[in-house]
Amino acid sequence: MSDAHYDDGHTPGHSHDGVKPSTEARYYAGRIRAIEALLVDKGVLAKEDVRRQIEYMEARTPANGARMVARAWVNPEYKALLLSDTKAAAQELGIDASGLVEFVTLENTPEVHNLVVCTLCSCYPRAILGVPPDWYKSFDYRSRAVDGPRAVMREFGLEIPEDVRVAVHDSSADVRYMVLPMRPPGTESMGEDELAGLVTRDCLIGASIPRSVE
Amino acid sequence: MAARFEPGDPVLVRADEKPGHVRTPGYVKGKTGRVEEVLGVFEDPEILAYGGSGPPEKPLYKVSFRQTDLWERYAGSANDALYVDIYEHWLEPAREEAR
Repeated sequence: MSDAHYDDGHTPGHSHDGVKPSTEARYYAGRIRAIEALLVDKGVLAKEDVRRQIEYMEARTPANGARMVARAWVNPEYKALLLSDTKAAAQELGIDASGLVEFVTLENTPEVHNLVVCTLCSCYPRAILGVPPDWYKSFDYRSRAVDGPRAVMREFGLEIPEDVRVAVHDSSADVRYMVLPMRPPGTESMGEDELAGLVTRDCLIGASIPRSVE
Repeated sequence: MAARFEPGDPVLVRADEKPGHVRTPGYVKGKTGRVEEVLGVFEDPEILAYGGSGPPEKPLYKVSFRQTDLWERYAGSANDALYVDIYEHWLEPAREEAR
């Protein structure tokens, strides 16, 4: 597959800063601004509400998920909580994931590898991880992750062995999913912070796995 | 609202062409899967999206499908699965042997 396959030019290990918005994105951005101005004019919301919401979203990053994963790796009780009640597990680390949507954590094991997608739009555990990467919202990922997940993961540099079951989760309703990857070998001596550093955003979606640095 | 299906039940996804804020992906319509889990009851997004209040709440199920049942030329293991969360009004009982 070519590097240009993802519509934002995604390649594994390549950052997306400075990606130019498409003409379509500019159109919608303009439309959103017009709607926002109208809502403010009519007193439905204040500019302050918008600013506060943007700050709320920007305060959430994949580092939250990485901390939760690292804690689960070193603490079996926390892992049990994470798998049974992800909201409570987030709360325990001071991450406020309260709200209407449910959060579920999917555990990768030697038998099953999980991959998350939202085919209908871009449902993502935003209250914990912040905004999704651009490729997650691309039409290409959203369509191919369901009918060819192994090929998609291969493009991310992740080859899932044939005897490992691939489980794709299309989260298009009221539940948001996050992946708990397996702790990589060779990390026995690492502390929680160091372990968290191995867990990238893509690992929390299932498009990658944590690798110990050699 | 009591859930009509329970884990293990084979279910057929209705093949309705319904306009609006439908959360049932087209590629599972008309396909048979199995209820894995009852996820709870939620306000109906098909009503909520248009300023409605949401009730009656709808049970939401995690339904599993075999990838090879969904895509004719699926390239992967026969054990690979796809999970979709589907509201109850999109599901019908299916025959056991379909799964």
